[in-house]
Amino acid sequence: MEMMSGAAMVVRTLKDLGVKHVFGYPGGAVLDIYDALYAQEDVEHILVRHEQGAAHMADGYARSTGTTGTVLVTSGPGATNTLTGIATAYMDSIPMVVLSGQVPSMHIGEDAFQETDMVGCSRPVVKHSFLVKRAVDIPEAIAKAYYIANTGRPGPVVVDLPKDIVNVLEEHPYQFPEDVTMRSYNPTLKGHSKQIKKAAKVLLEAKRPILYVGGGAIAAEASELVTELAERLNLPVTSTLMGLGAFSGVHAQSLGMLGMHGTLESNKAMHNADCILALGARFDDRVTNNVEKFCPHATIIHVDIDPASISKTIAVHVPVVGSVEQVTKQLLDQIGKIDSEKQKAKLLDWWDQIKQWRGRDCLNYKKADNVIKPQEVIQSVYKHTQGDAYVSSDVGQHQMFAALYYPFAKPRRWINSGGLGTMGFGLPAAMGVQMAHPEATSVVITGDGSIQMNIQELSTCLQYKLPIKIISLNNRALGMVRQWQDMNYKSRYSSSYMDSMPDFVKLAEAYGHIGIRVDHPDELDAAMERCFAEKERLVFMDIQIDQNEHVYPMQIKFGAMDDMRLSKTERT
Amino acid sequence: MKRIISVLMENAPGALSRIVGVFSQRGYNVDSLCVAATDDKSLSRLTITTQADDKVIEQITKQVNKLIDVLKVTDLTDGNHVERELMLIKVATRSELVRAEVNRNVDIFRAQIIDVDLNNYTIQVTGTSDKLDAFANVLSQSTEIIEASRTGICGLARGDKALRP
Repeated sequence: MEMMSGAAMVVRTLKDLGVKHVFGYPGGAVLDIYDALYAQEDVEHILVRHEQGAAHMADGYARSTGTTGTVLVTSGPGATNTLTGIATAYMDSIPMVVLSGQVPSMHIGEDAFQETDMVGCSRPVVKHSFLVKRAVDIPEAIAKAYYIANTGRPGPVVVDLPKDIVNVLEEHPYQFPEDVTMRSYNPTLKGHSKQIKKAAKVLLEAKRPILYVGGGAIAAEASELVTELAERLNLPVTSTLMGLGAFSGVHAQSLGMLGMHGTLESNKAMHNADCILALGARFDDRVTNNVEKFCPHATIIHVDIDPASISKTIAVHVPVVGSVEQVTKQLLDQIGKIDSEKQKAKLLDWWDQIKQWRGRDCLNYKKADNVIKPQEVIQSVYKHTQGDAYVSSDVGQHQMFAALYYPFAKPRRWINSGGLGTMGFGLPAAMGVQMAHPEATSVVITGDGSIQMNIQELSTCLQYKLPIKIISLNNRALGMVRQWQDMNYKSRYSSSYMDSMPDFVKLAEAYGHIGIRVDHPDELDAAMERCFAEKERLVFMDIQIDQNEHVYPMQIKFGAMDDMRLSKTERT
Repeated sequence: MKRIISVLMENAPGALSRIVGVFSQRGYNVDSLCVAATDDKSLSRLTITTQADDKVIEQITKQVNKLIDVLKVTDLTDGNHVERELMLIKVATRSELVRAEVNRNVDIFRAQIIDVDLNNYTIQVTGTSDKLDAFANVLSQSTEIIEASRTGICGLARGDKALRP
C-alpha cells in the first residue's frame, strides 16, 4: 500500500475523486495540506480574499456544473467565515464539501488559538459533517462527504481535519475507499408505483392543470423529461426562482416565475388550477403567500426527493417521494401515448383564460427619457448576451428584475441565492461559474449594496484573469428595503440610504479592471456593447438607475397567491 | 398530545447532538430523552417524548429520519407498545412513623429501597410516567423529597414489530 502523510492523503483523495478546483485560504491549521497542494498539479487551488467568497465560488461552480464545489479553509475564523456560504448552499440544496482545518486533537476543547467547534457551529446548516480522528480515516471521510453532498437531496458537508492527523512528517497507508454506501443513508429515487398511477390519473383528468417546477428539476438534470411531459400534456409551466431554466423561459408554454414577485399569469393560473404538479419545488413562503388561501381548487401532486419537504407547509393530495428525473420518467411511461389533439381541446378553455391573463402584460413598464430603468438594463444584458450567458445574481430588487426580465432557456444558467437570500453572493458565485466555464460569458447582476459585501474578490478576479461582467444597478440605496419602507413604513428610509458611495469606476480600476459609468438611457446600449466586447478583462458597469422604481408584480401580504399589486397604483 | 418517538441510529460521535439539534432548530420540545447503545454496539437506541399534533409529529419523524446517522424512526404511540421509566427518589426518614409510611408505599407501588442512611431512604421505582408521578406525590404527603432523578421514558412496540437495521 502506498504510504503518505495525512495532508498528502487529503489532496490525493480529492484527485482520485476527480476534483479539479478547490477554493480556499491558507492558515495555521491547514499549512500541511497547502504544502501537499504545492507538490502537485492535479488539483488547482484558487486563492480567495475572504473565506465567505470561497464558499460562494464553490457554490457557483456547483450550480453551473452539477458537480460538487470544494472549499478548503483553516480553523477558527477561516472556518466560521464560510458559514454564510454553507448556509446559502444548504438552503438551495447545492452540493459542496468544506474541508476545514482544526487545532491538533490533543488541544480540542482547550480554547486553543484559532479553535472553533466547526462541526457544532455548522450543524444546523449542513447535510452532514465529519470530525476525522485518525489519518487513515481521511480518504473514507472525504469520499463519503462527496457521496453525501451530491446524492439524494444535495447539500453541503463539512470535513473537519485536526492538524496532527495531516502532519506531513508522519506517513500512513493510503487506500481509496471502493464503497462509500452507508446502511443509514439510502435516498429514495424511484417513485412508488401506486402513487405514480394516482398522479397520472389526476393529471389526465385535469381541466385546469399547471406544472410548478423548482430547483429539484435542475438538481436531478431532468429538464428534457420535464419538457417532454409538459409538451405531451400541453401543460402551462410556472417556475420557482430556483427552478428558472429547468423549463425554457422562452417556451410558448412558459408562464414565467410564480410567487411574491411572480407574473400575474403564473399566480392566477396557480390559484385557479384544478391540478398542480409540483416537481422538485417546496411550497416555500415566498411562493404560497397565505397558506390558508393557497390554491383552493387544486388537487396537488408533489414530487420531491426529500420526504420532509412533502406536506411541510401545504398538505398535498398525492405525495410522490423520488427524484424528479426518475418520477417524471415513470409518469411519462404511465401516461403513454395520448391523443394530443384531444388533450389540446380539453385544455382549450384553460389556455384561453391564461391568454387573457397574459394579455395584461404584467411586466410592462414605462421607460423614461432622462433616467435609466432597471428593467431596461436587464433587457439590454439579455440582448447583448443573446440570452445565453451564465447570470449570477446578488440579492435585492436587481435579483427580481433579473429573474423576471432575463428568460433562461437552459438549466444551470441562473445562479442565485434563493432560500437564504445572501447579499454578497453574486460576484464570487460568478467567479466559480467562470472557473468552471472559462469560455462562457459570466455575468453578475448586482446592486450598490450587495456588491460591497464581497467586493474584495475583485482582487481574486485579477489574479485568475476572470473576465466577469459586473452589471451593478446603482440606485444609491438598498432598493428592496426602500421599496418595503415605501409600502409599509410611510417612506421612512431607516438606514436604507447610503450617502457615502464609492466611485465604483475608480474602484474597479484600482483593482486592475475596467470600470464604466452609465448615467443616461441613451448611453446604455453603447456601453453594454463595449462591456461585452471586452473578452479578456473584467468590466464593472456602474449603471445609475431610477431610485424610485419598485419591483412589480408583487403579492399582497396575507392574501391568496393571486392577490397582487401590479404597479404603485394598480392591484388585482 | 404526548408522543414517544423511538430512533435507531449509528453509535457515532455527534449523532445525538444532531437529533437534539433538529428539535431545537425547528422549535419542537423535548419532554424526556433516553439513550444508550443497543445489544449491537455500533447502534444506539433513543427514545424521545414530546408533545405534538399529527402534523408536527410527521415533520419531526421526517426531519429526524433525514439525518445521515439515523437508520429508523418510529412513533411508538401509533400502535400497541410498552413503556417504562425508572426513578430514583431520596426521601427524608427522620421518624419511625415516616419510615413505616414510606415502607408501606414502597410495597404498594412495588418499589425497592436501594440505599438506607441515618436520615433518608433512596428508593427505586419503575413503571409508566403516571405511576412515577403518583408515587412521588404520595411520598410527598408523608415526608420531604430530598431529590429525585428520572430516566425518561424508554419503550418498545408490542409483538413482532421491531426497530432493526
